[in-house]
Order: sequence, then C-alpha cells, then structure tokens
Amino acid sequence: MKGIAMAQPATPEASPWLAAATSAAASSRSTIFEMSQQAESAVIDPRDPGGFPSAWRRAVAARIATLNALPELATHYLSDVADATLRGLADPAYAGRDDRERGVITFMDRVATQPRDVQAEEIEALKAAGVAEADIVRLCELNAFMSYQCRVLAGLAALKGASA
Amino acid sequence: MSRVVHRFTRNVPEWQPRITPVDLSKANPEQLDALKVTPSNTKVSDYVLVLAHDPETLAVRSPLFNGIMYDPGGLSRAERELGAIGASIVNRCIFCAAVHAARHAQLSKDTAVTDELFANGEKAKLGPRDQAIFDYSVKLSQSPPTVTEADTARLREAGLNEAEIVDLILSTALFGWANRLMHILGDPVRKDG
Repeated sequence: MKGIAMAQPATPEASPWLAAATSAAASSRSTIFEMSQQAESAVIDPRDPGGFPSAWRRAVAARIATLNALPELATHYLSDVADATLRGLADPAYAGRDDRERGVITFMDRVATQPRDVQAEEIEALKAAGVAEADIVRLCELNAFMSYQCRVLAGLAALKGASA
Repeated sequence: MSRVVHRFTRNVPEWQPRITPVDLSKANPEQLDALKVTPSNTKVSDYVLVLAHDPETLAVRSPLFNGIMYDPGGLSRAERELGAIGASIVNRCIFCAAVHAARHAQLSKDTAVTDELFANGEKAKLGPRDQAIFDYSVKLSQSPPTVTEADTARLREAGLNEAEIVDLILSTALFGWANRLMHILGDPVRKDG
C-alpha cells in the first residue's frame, strides 16, 4: 500500500484530508485519513477512468460539494479544471451539454441528494442511453465517495468549532 | 418485482443486482486482486462482483471500511453500528439497515434498540446516549448535512469524548458511501420468494 506522502499534491494544504486529520482527536485515526486520500485518488484520478475522464470527475465532485453546502471543497476540486464547458458542470443549476450528459447529471444529483428515492428504472435509463455498466458503477463510487467526504468534513468542522 | 423488500427488518434479505456482476472466470488480474480471490476463497457475493467493475476503488474501499468499523479504541463497535443504521434509515437502504441492525443486536445482546428504530425511524425514542448518537447520525446523513456545533455539544453532554465523536462521524459518513452503492446498484429481495 502506498504511503500518504506519495499520494499528496504538491501543496499539502490543498488536501482536505490532511487539514481534517491534523486535529488532535482525528490524528488517532491517521490511517483512516491516509486510506481516504487513496480512495479520493481512485475515484477522481483513476488509472482506468472508463467513459468519464478526470477533469469531468473533478467538475462533478465540485458540483456534489456545492449540493452539500461545502464551498471550500468545491473550490478544491474545481481549481484543476481548465475547460470552461466542464467547469459549467460544477454549477447545480446547469444540467449538462447534451441529452446523454443531462441524463447522467440528473442521476448524479439524485444519488447525491435523494438516494432513498432512486429506482431501478433510473439505472435502466442510463443503460438505454448507452452508459456502460462498468461506468454506472464508476459513477456510483464517485458519488458515494463524495457523500462520505462531505460528511466527514462537515462533522469535523462542527467538532473543531465546538472545541475552540 | 413483488419479492423486493420495502420494510426495515433484521432478517437480512438477498441482494439482486441491477448491474451484471463481473464473471469471475473472466476477471482480469486487477479485479481478482481487488476481490481477494484465492484458491481457498472463491465464494464472492454478487455485490462485490458488481463493485469489481471499478477494481481500483474496491481495493482501497475494503480496508477503509474495515478500519472505520473495527479498528480498536474510540467508539464501541455497537455504537459505530448505530451510526451506520442512522445513515441507512435516512437513505432507506433496507439491506444495509438489516445487516447492521442484526450486528448491533448481536454486539449489544439486545433487540430493543433496533426494534424501536425500525418501528419509528428517524423519530425513534432511545436511551440518552443512544439517542444523541442516533440523532447526530441522522442529521449528518441528510443532504446537505445539517450538523452544527450545538450537535457536537449534545454528544459531549451525552458522555462522548472527542475520539468517540470522530469515530461516529466516520462510521456515519462511511454509510453515506455504502448506502449509495447497495441501495442504488441493486434491490433487497426475499429469500426463496
């Protein structure tokens, strides 16, 4: 397993996990934060991105951070996205560039904010729109990881504030 | 689809994938590695075979999951399960709720807590410490999460120290992840239906 030092961006403060793990209580779980950083790499910058390249994933990660009211995390993901049309996807008011992407983005918003209501038919609609089954799993892992990260950071922020 | 389970239960249902699971006989080396398939361990669930479509994430997710739920110290194992159940109730993941309610009942040697959770959902009435833990996990699981410093203070008043609060945040957040795989990629179905 790779050490966290190898997985870090050039500027340590750019990693939301490092900032989170520096609090005294969280440092007792430093291994968890190292593995969380590895998970972030796996969903944002995978060796095999399938049909959804890294820049697209960053824009959608920023979108999910915004849907979870975490503007700093959204900025973290969007800072490396140069393409203006991709950056547009980070805005929850924008649904996508064509029918297929609108279908994918609508699905991602639903999984992020109303997972309890998602039905089997919505998975079938993605398949019908030509999204490969492996890509549907990749989309869900990206979304599910973001849900995890948003909640860890929101919880630790409320802990840090309360202990000050 | 009449076999699909819609009510919370401790009887763990089967899980019927909405995505074709990876065929183990055609899995590539990275998938086999992520699946931890060995000559003595060839039984892999459909759920894990579905996740093997993204082997890089599966490989890091499994040790992360085990660390958050089982690493020693901090919050008790039953109370980590309570965080997992809170998330699963908010996200209505029947399968995750069943697995982790059964585990909670086993660890705490008590079914009263999970009976109450399944009867009354987010409005369940529990003992003071369990109530504080459950209410926190419900708020953290909402979209967007609604926890504030006042919610952290309530956990402290219920007797949780800082390390225990970190573990509750991690176990609840982890099920924001797990629910979005289990509930989205398959259906809980009655056995022999």
